[in-house]
This record gives sequence, structure tokens and C-alpha cells, in this order.
Amino acid sequence: METLLALTLGCLVAAGVYLMLAGDLLRFLFGLTLISNAVNLAIFASGRISVGGNPPLVPDGAYKPAADVANALPQALILTAIVIGFGLFAFSLVLTLKAYGVLGTIDIDKMRLSEAKADTATTDGDEA
Amino acid sequence: MSWYLALPLMTPVLTAVMSYLLRGSGIGRWVAVTGSALGLGFALILMRQITQLGVVTGQMSDWPAPFGITLVADLFSGIMVLLTAGVGLAVAVYACGEIDDDLEDMGFFAIFQLLLAGVTGAFLTGDLFNLYVWFEVLLISSFGLLILGGTRAQIDGAVKYVLLNLVSTIVFLCGLGLLYGATGTLNMADLRLAVDSSDQQGLITVLSMFFLIAFGMKAAVFPLFSWLPASYHTPTNAASAIFAGLLSKVGVYALFRSFTLIFDNDPAYTQPILMVVAGLTMVTGILGALAQTDMRRVMSYQIVSSIGFLILGLAIGTPLAIAGAIFYLVHNVIVKVNLFLVTGVAARLCGSSEMSRMGGVYKTAPLVALLFIVPAFTLAGFPPLTGFWAKVMLVQAALEAGNWVMVAVALIVSLLTIWSLMIVWARVFWDAHPDGLEPRTADLAPVRLHLLLPIAALGLASILIGVFPNGLVVLAQAAAAQLLDPQPYLDAVLGGTP
Repeated sequence: METLLALTLGCLVAAGVYLMLAGDLLRFLFGLTLISNAVNLAIFASGRISVGGNPPLVPDGAYKPAADVANALPQALILTAIVIGFGLFAFSLVLTLKAYGVLGTIDIDKMRLSEAKADTATTDGDEA
Repeated sequence: MSWYLALPLMTPVLTAVMSYLLRGSGIGRWVAVTGSALGLGFALILMRQITQLGVVTGQMSDWPAPFGITLVADLFSGIMVLLTAGVGLAVAVYACGEIDDDLEDMGFFAIFQLLLAGVTGAFLTGDLFNLYVWFEVLLISSFGLLILGGTRAQIDGAVKYVLLNLVSTIVFLCGLGLLYGATGTLNMADLRLAVDSSDQQGLITVLSMFFLIAFGMKAAVFPLFSWLPASYHTPTNAASAIFAGLLSKVGVYALFRSFTLIFDNDPAYTQPILMVVAGLTMVTGILGALAQTDMRRVMSYQIVSSIGFLILGLAIGTPLAIAGAIFYLVHNVIVKVNLFLVTGVAARLCGSSEMSRMGGVYKTAPLVALLFIVPAFTLAGFPPLTGFWAKVMLVQAALEAGNWVMVAVALIVSLLTIWSLMIVWARVFWDAHPDGLEPRTADLAPVRLHLLLPIAALGLASILIGVFPNGLVVLAQAAAAQLLDPQPYLDAVLGGTP
């Protein structure tokens, strides 16, 4: 089961990196989302997979569950990470839309507005 | 639950709600300032509590560590929380002068307070996953501050800032997930014990690299700093100032915390990496500053350079080096916020922050020039200001460690820092305006007090700490001792003392 999960993770990350290197803002975001989902699965796997495990419920009157149960903590972590990731993704999408609106492009190589201008330099830094 | 820990955290959140509800009524911004002042008071009380009683801890909802979420403040956290509240108040006052009604209506002051809450939370938490959550709180608030205004340069800078910070977030999340898989815990104190007793030391070292990359990206170290100079000069001056003072410092704090408390298992592997990173960060940062033509970008690159000094302290790792780094951190937060605020005023006078369109500020506004000189001298490290003492401690630590290369790098970078400040001084303050324009002081008049008071206050703080450094040196040494011998921290978190 872990092997299968690891292979899935590898595919997701590979696809994500491929998209992120495509030089297009929207694809970068989709790639990022794929990788963040892969990371969520990695957290899930580090909590140890129990095939056929019981839900982590404590019976009435008892202080601990009767049999071995699935690890609930990673699922809580993933839930938090999904919620946060969703918020950030939504923000980034709107930002991309806005960037397309004001800059007229989402080609990463052409988005140089806030970077240094190439033409001027005040000093020659070779005395360092 | 310790109220000493909860109050510095709750105050900015409540202030954010209040100032958002009251926005546009004319008192919303003053609610934000009052809230910041209260936060400063609570931070002082927390600091007094730590110096008197040692490490203060609080368990959320009384779930004992390591099962619940722990809030914990040792001296280092206390110093950082106090700094956050202090510069938060200064920038809040400045923002009252700079931010117009439109931006306030979009919630500038509320987002600003949430940013302070996120930063404070990151300094106070004792749980790695909780640290991730606080990182997200401060990250999403900083996104908001960054794009408020919506100019083209802002959107362009924000895209780079947002995407690269999201990448670092994912690396952080992946690292902590795998660390949980390897140790079974996420409480930082418990992690220390789990790492010490782990039989997979090699794996732990590999995992520590995840955190080095993630926190290093937040801290803007070489070669992961490119988002910082691409974005810090685009938003409002108040937002740049608080970013410059606090955001990258949160990354530095997280590096210090994780590499002294959790990952001190294999210093022979991590220290050389940190050392190389520190040297390259210092050098590339200052070379970048020298090459810039925009005053705010010069200041941004100087942040990168000073991050190198902080990492140098961590890389050397002796008590003196860590104490020097903590002293440098205090010095740098105050002085960097101050420089960005003065830059804002100078840019406002000249109508641009591009140095080829600035000049003559000394002639028209000598007071502004004086207020620039104080933080500039402090950053350059002229005695008796704070930068001097911080660099003395760091260089002395490097000498004691016999690390001549880093001594040379630190001193040369200091000289180049003076040079880059001289360029700014000469072009913006001393030379006449290239187009023969006189800087306009007229539109500064109604908000003069809001803008200049915080600058003067921060400058005064630099001077006072510089003239009487002893108190802070002793405090920094005590904080360094706590970082290097975390037993009191572990006892306080895991021992169940309230």
C-alpha cells in the first residue's frame, strides 16, 4: 500500500514540477496545487496506513478504544492543510486574474515590472 | 492557560475586528494605534514575567503537552514579541499619516493587526504544526497588505512574493509531515527528546534540510531571496516597513528555534552549510544593494545582507555568537523599520523613490536628513550605536572560533554597507535634484507629526540601546544560554508546570 502511495506521490510531484516549469502563471498554480496535494498524501502516509483499521472511536464508559485504530492526527493535520491551501489557492487565482488584467500577460518571463531596470547602474561593484 | 501568553496574541486580533468595523468613521485607525499600544503593554508584562519566573508556558484548553497545543515563551520569544509590539506601534502611528481613506476602507489597519497577530503567534507557539498555521496567518495578511492599492508594480511584485512563499510553505509542510512520520510528535520540546533518542539520525538530518530550505526561503537567505527585492519596494511604505522589520525575521527566528532546539543532532553537517549560506547571503545582499537605483530597493537588498549576519551567528553556534545574533536581531528590526519609514518620507518629498528623480532633501528638510542619518549610522555600525555592538559580538565570536574567512567577509560587507548608504545619502539628501525641482514639503505638513514621530522614537531607541548596551547584552546572553541549553524549556513545557 505504501509503495502504491509513494508511486502516486512521485507522479503527482513530477507532473506538478513539469507544470511549474512551463513558464505560465496559471500552469504554475496548477502545478503547485498538485504538489500540495502530494504533500498532503505524504503526511497521510507518515501517519502509517492501516488497511482494514477501525475508526478511532472510544466506546461509552471506556477510556481507550477496544482494538487497534487508524491514526487520526495526520487526518486532522491534512484537513487543516487543505483548508489553508484552498484559501491560498483561491487568493492566487484571483491574483493571477488581476495580473492578467493590469499587466496584460501571465507569461512569467515577461513579468519584469517590479524588477531592476537593466539599463542603469550607479556603481561598478568590482571593488568587492 | 497563562493569560500572559494569550493577551499579546488576542489583542491584535480583537483590534483588527474593531478597527475593521470602525473603518471610515475616523476613529478606526486610532483604535488600531490604541490596540498596538495595549499590545506593547502586554508584551512588556510578558517580558517581565519571563525574566522573573523563567520560561512561561500555557497549554491550550488544558490538554497537557505533547498532546495539546503549547504556547511557550522563553527569553528569545519574549524579546521577539516585545520587538513586534514595539515596531508594530511605531508603524501603526506612521500608517495613520500615510494611509488614505480608500486603503483604510479596504481594511489596511485590520490586515496590519492580523499580520502582527500572526508574527506574535509564530514567536509564541511551541508546536511545529501550529507554527505552520501562524505562518499562514502572517502570510495571508502580508498578501493583503502587499496588494492593497493595486498598482501594476504591486501586482507584479505580489505574484513573485505569493508564489515563492507558497513553495516554501509546501516544503515546510512536507518536512513536518515526514518528521512526524519519523518521530511521532510535533511538539517542539517533545521533538527534541524524540530526535535525541531516535535511531535514524541520518534521516533526521535529511529532514532538517527541509526546514533549512523552508525557513531559509522565509528568511530570504542566498540563494532563495529573490522574492524579497522583487516585492518589498512595491506596497505602501508602512507595509514595506513592517515587512522589512518582521517577516524575514520570523524565518530567522524559526531557523534559530529549530536548529538549536530540534536539529542539534548533527552540527558537523549543518554548521558548514549554514556558514556558506551566511557568507553568500551577506555578500550577494550588499552587492545587490550597491547595484540598485531605487532607494527602496537598496534598502530591500540591505535586509538580505543583514540576514547573513544573523545566520552567521547561528552557524558559529557558540554562546557569544548566538547572543551577538540576538543583539543584531534587535538592532536590525528597529533600524530596518526606521530606514524604510524615512525612505517613505524622502520619497514622498521628492515624489519618487527612484534615486535619479530624488535629491536636495537635506536643503529643504534638514530634519528628515537628520532622521535618516541616525538609522544609517546605526546600520553601518558606527560606535556607539547598536550596530557597532552587534557586529563587535559577532566578529569576536568568529575570531574565537578561528574563522578568519567569515571575519573578513563580515568586515568587508560592513564597509560596503557604509558605501551603499553613502550613495543614498549623496544622491537623495546631499545633491541637488537632477531636474532642478525642489522637494515639496507642503503636502507633508498636515501629517508631519504622524510620519516623523515614530521615526524619531525608533531612532531614539537605537541611540539609547547603543549608549547603554549592557542591559541588552546581558539579556541576549541569557537568551542564548536558554537556546543552547534547552533543559529549562523542556521542563517548562513537558513538566506540566503551569
